[in-house]
Amino acid sequence: MQGNEAVLEGALAAGARFYAGYPITPSSEIAELASRRLPALGGVFIQMEDEIGSMAALVGASLAGAKAFTATSGPGFSLMQENIGLAVMLETPCVVIDVMRSGPSTGLATKPAQADVMQARWGTHGDHPAVALVPASVSECFWLTVAAFNLAERMRTPVFVLSDEILGHMRERAELPDADEVEVWERPRPSGDPEGYHPYRPGPDGVPPLASFGGPYVFHATSSMHDERGVSANDAATAGATIARLEAKVENLRHLLPSPEVVRSGPWSEVSGGDRSGGRVGAGKRSRGPARVLLVAFGSSARSARQVMLDHTDMDLTLFRPRTLWPFPEDELRALVHDHDVVVVVEMNRGQLVREVERVVGGGRPVVSAAKSDGEIITPGEIWDSLVEPVSGGISREPGLSPLP
Amino acid sequence: MSLDYRRYLDETALPLMWCPGCGDGTILKALLEAFASLGLERERVVVVTGIGCWGKADDYIRTNAIHGTHGRALAVATGVKAYRPDLTVVALMGDGDCATIGGNHFIHAARRNIGITAVVSNNLNYGMTGGQFSGTTPAGSKTSTSPYGHAEDGFDLCRLADAAGANFVARTTAYHYRQMVRLIKEALLEPGFAMVEVASPCPTYYGRLNRQGSAREMWRSLKDRARSVGEEGGEARTGVAPGQRPDEEPRSKPADVIVTGVLVRRTRPDFAARYSDVCRRAMKEGGGEAQLDAR
Ligand SMILES: Cc1ncc(C[n+]2csc(CCOP(=O)(O)OP(=O)(O)O)c2C)c(N)n1
Ligand code: SF4
Repeated sequence: MQGNEAVLEGALAAGARFYAGYPITPSSEIAELASRRLPALGGVFIQMEDEIGSMAALVGASLAGAKAFTATSGPGFSLMQENIGLAVMLETPCVVIDVMRSGPSTGLATKPAQADVMQARWGTHGDHPAVALVPASVSECFWLTVAAFNLAERMRTPVFVLSDEILGHMRERAELPDADEVEVWERPRPSGDPEGYHPYRPGPDGVPPLASFGGPYVFHATSSMHDERGVSANDAATAGATIARLEAKVENLRHLLPSPEVVRSGPWSEVSGGDRSGGRVGAGKRSRGPARVLLVAFGSSARSARQVMLDHTDMDLTLFRPRTLWPFPEDELRALVHDHDVVVVVEMNRGQLVREVERVVGGGRPVVSAAKSDGEIITPGEIWDSLVEPVSGGISREPGLSPLP
Repeated sequence: MSLDYRRYLDETALPLMWCPGCGDGTILKALLEAFASLGLERERVVVVTGIGCWGKADDYIRTNAIHGTHGRALAVATGVKAYRPDLTVVALMGDGDCATIGGNHFIHAARRNIGITAVVSNNLNYGMTGGQFSGTTPAGSKTSTSPYGHAEDGFDLCRLADAAGANFVARTTAYHYRQMVRLIKEALLEPGFAMVEVASPCPTYYGRLNRQGSAREMWRSLKDRARSVGEEGGEARTGVAPGQRPDEEPRSKPADVIVTGVLVRRTRPDFAARYSDVCRRAMKEGGGEAQLDAR
């Protein structure tokens, strides 16, 4: 099965019944499969006139009660940004699959990249939360799409799945679960008197219950700053509280986000019992030898990073692979940093995630960027090359003494 | 006139934000009266607005509503209507929203013939942002961004909607209240895409910059220039842009006749009808499961 097929299966398993999109390589298979599958399920497939309209239609359909999604790639993701902001402001659950390709602009339409890391975080204007999941295998394309719908519903916010050309078109064995094995979450619903319903009055975790158009609860959603009733409000107190709450509700529910995978290899992993679960390993177990390297990699480039570990079992290597890129799993990364000597960030772009990693590491360890941006996959050999210098004694193993790059 | 329309009016939001002499208040009342006379349930109506002076209308409406982004009202409304074809979906847009930034959504909503009622307040400029020219501003007009006269012709919204395939296309003016209510009612009953264009005065910008006199004079001019279809002077099938005569050369000065009434009536199947055929065929063919496995 292909990554793009797995995404579609994940969406259907999560209860998606509305797709609006505009075809673009390398995501089009998702639209084609949606057009084939949704009508038979009583769902809606609509090919819109552009990605601006596609994203707008998701917002309308979602407020009418649909679990709604779209799939695109860089150029379309750019066009969607306006109404991604609308979805954030209206607190509308929906899912955007971005099968990343090489840019800028039309770029290399059929070649992979991971250069939408920051677009996913900051693409739409204004202060806003961002939730982005990053699968690294076909089976994760399924599971993280399910998670994306669940989180979108639970948090009332748009959620992105950042796949890429390699994953989207890669065929790999993936066991899909039976429908009843998939845990599906629904948006919080209002109860009680329809007259008293406030579509933006937060629940305990900051997420307001959401009714659907056509039911007993009549409601108003506005892209302008609004109060709990969804009525325009211009005062600073309302604005400040609303903007803060949009981010806080995601922070409050951080524990629901898919956690990073941590894999250790090399002699050190044997000392610690070959722990692959991400448990912490005590610092200073070995005081001599080559530097201990923490590889940070996501999506398809994490597969290359994994291969580096398999090729160099004599090295102390740890892979930190976020499944959630935004909000970045900073505590989990910070917990690992202190027993490594150098952090290497692997990504297929000119170095986007590395800035976030530098922020989290905070200067305590050197952070090296293994970045590649030419439309070709980053290979294990290239990652290794970027490791060689730090590993070959350029960096001290003593914590706190590491020279900054 | 019954006061039933107040059921749909959020009186707590009054007074209206529009300038004295603006056409939008009258259009709002006509819309709500059309709701009332059809006895629509508030729960089953979704009003979608764009951004602009007319785009603020949802502030005063007590049905479901989405105040979206500039130009995207029809795209948002398409999402609502495609998923819930049983609901009454109304899009309120200015000429900027509808025909300029949102022109692509407009022609495609009409082509798709999706059951949305678009009520367009055409005041020939961008009121909200200070009177710049829009896609309907006639050539020669002075606006905030055409101080020496506009170098482009404006769209005729009704011809555009007609050419794109809308089932129901009508024009009226803010002055012609009764006709406006009647046309909006008819539009709401149309299963496919329906557009009512309302020629509406913006005395604050377009009127002032083009020396059209006081608000009162602008309203009187709407009255004087209107010709019902079929009436002398109103024979053109879809009429022309407010301010342009059918036989006028482009670039001539903004002028006379506004052709009003129902300009297009078609019975083309609407999107929901066609899409439910698609669903039936898909169910018969097993929903593509077999093909999927073969890939
Ligand atoms: C993407 C975007 N571009 C520009 C604007 C600024 N803007 C707000 S309303 C408007 C024009 C409104 O004109 P129209 O749609 O004709 O409505 P009116 O105010 O005349 O009723 C513009 C340009 C915006 N809100 N969003
Ligand atoms: S600026 Fe023009 S369109 Fe806007 S409220 Fe005033 S008169 Fe009406």
